[in-house]
This record gives sequence, structure tokens and C-alpha cells, in this order.
Amino acid sequence: MIRGVFPMPSPIDERIVAFIREAGANFACSVPDGMIAGALELIEKAGIDHVPVTREEEGVGICAGASLAGRKPVLFMQNSGLGNSINALASLTMFYEMPLLLVVAHRGTKGEKIAAQIPMGKATPMLLDTLGIRWATVARRSQLQTIRRLAREAFSKNRVRAVLFRGELWNEKN
Amino acid sequence: MKRIDALRIIADTDALVVCNIGFPSRELYSIADKPTTFYMLGSMGLASSIGLGVARAQKRAVLAVDGDGSVLMNLGTLATIAHYGPSNYHLVIIDNSAYGSTGDQPTFTGRKTDLAALARAAGNEQVYTVNTEDGLRGLLRELPRGPTVIVVKTEPGNADCPVVPLTASSIKNRFMKTISQ
Repeated sequence: MIRGVFPMPSPIDERIVAFIREAGANFACSVPDGMIAGALELIEKAGIDHVPVTREEEGVGICAGASLAGRKPVLFMQNSGLGNSINALASLTMFYEMPLLLVVAHRGTKGEKIAAQIPMGKATPMLLDTLGIRWATVARRSQLQTIRRLAREAFSKNRVRAVLFRGELWNEKN
Repeated sequence: MKRIDALRIIADTDALVVCNIGFPSRELYSIADKPTTFYMLGSMGLASSIGLGVARAQKRAVLAVDGDGSVLMNLGTLATIAHYGPSNYHLVIIDNSAYGSTGDQPTFTGRKTDLAALARAAGNEQVYTVNTEDGLRGLLRELPRGPTVIVVKTEPGNADCPVVPLTASSIKNRFMKTISQ
């Protein structure tokens, strides 16, 4: 299921941002998606310098630059944006061994209403595997702590790590 | 003026430099290698973006040295710079109207496309076009409050310079060390 178009920041969004902050993130770029909209509303209040960008690849570049000055960057995007970022991730962030956490709204999975999202939805885990980027799916509240673990790994080991959000996360019954 | 003449002037500044992939980096390295230069070894199109990240995250002046072909590949950067470029950020586009590192194939800036006009239309207020070495030298000597976009019109053509012999980790580590001092 896909999250509504105009979500307010929810307690889940607050936990996402808190985990990222706890891991030491202090810089972010973003291209929006409905799933991550709530988190994007909260990151500046959490003291994270936030630069919205026009295209995901641009965000990869800006995050790389910020990391050269010691920042711990996060790039928020939809998985379609992963496709726009691959050369930059491989020949910049990974090649220079820079830290980066990708926070990805994984569209094109169960319940997707837009057919064109499905090809990239299927390809996303394989693309990350092919690049050698470790990733984890977060589809339940019990998996939210994974964000902190992968962010710490990215920042301490100068690696790219990815968290793939599923829409079910925001619709999980108590 | 060729690209290398502009790079000689850029090499004289104290600013941090993020230098575009290919011949721009090769030429700048051959003029004067400095730890304050971040040489790009990949990711064509992202010099302006890398420079923007460096500028936002620390206080020293940053020159992002880009090319016309590379900026055409990442035009959205001009809008991002207009809105989020800090005062220590300066984009220097060496516009030789050619893809210099791949054999001088012409880019659109030699025909109808005006990068300075695009930068202004994207919302940038400090946009300069310089055609002479003195013009560039004067501008870099007393950098205006950024963000600025400086289009340096040059002729195509590469100097005969070898590939930058540094590893990615050495480029990164010494640049980061310089910044943290």
C-alpha cells in the first residue's frame, strides 16, 4: 500500500529522523516522495542541514562534497532516483570511499497503483547488490532500528548503505 | 585564452578548488598540484554539486571549476545554487564550447545556448561573463559575496598533460586534512 499524498509527520517519521540523528547524520539532500514526506518536514528541525535538489545524482554530488568537510550525509529519494544516481554512486562516493546513507522510498512493490513504478521496484534490490551496496528493507515498526545500524555503518566505515522503505510501514496495525 | 590559461589564474588563488574530470584536472595538476584541490576522477557533471557541498559544510571560499559540457549535463544545479549556494561558493564554468576530454566535439554553447543567461534565469544574481585573462584575474582577486557563477569564455583545445597520478584516497585524504586544519 502506498502512503497518502499529503501526510503529516507521524510518530514513525519522528523515529526515522531520530535514528538518523542518533547515528550522527548532520547533512541531507532530497528529492521528495510521498513515503518520505513526513521525515523531510522534520529533518531541518532536527538540526540537519537540508538541501533539496533537482535530481538525485546532484544530491550524490552535494553529499560527497559535504562529506569532504566532515559531514555525515543522508540522501532521501524514491527508488526511481537510484537509477538516476548509479554512475555517481559508483565513480564518486564508492570510488573515493565516502560515507552516504540512502533513505529510499521503495515504490513498485506490493500494492503499487502506478504500473510504471514496477520495473524499477523489481530492479532496485538487484541494482544495489550489483553495485555492492548493503541494504535492508524496513516494512515494519520493529525494523526501524535498522536505519540507525546502517547509518552508523555508512558513517564509520565510509561506505554507502541503503534503507528501503515499504509503504506498509505507515499502515501497520498495532 | 585557452582553458589552461584560465586554470593558471585559478591556481593562484587560496580558495579550495573542486576540479572537473578529465583534461581540466590534468592541466591544473600540471600547473600546480595543491592539497586544496579535489580532482574528480569520475562522475562527470558533478563538479558544481561537489563544490556546493564543500561550501555549505565549511567556511573557506570554494571554486567549483566546471565545463560547459558538464554543466549542460546537470543544468538543475544552477537552480540549486541560486537557492542554496552559500556566500563562499563560486562556480567557474570554463566554457570552450567543446567536450574537450573526448576530442573537442562541439557543445551547444557554441551555437544557441547561453550558460550565463541560464544561470540568471535559474535565479542567480551574481553572474559574470569574462573573455580575458585580466578579467578573470580581477574577479578572482576580489571575489564578490557568493553564490556567484562566472562563465569564462575560452577557445577549445587541451594542453599536453598526463593523467593525474594520484589515487582517489590520496586526493580525498589530503583535501580533508587541509579543510580540518
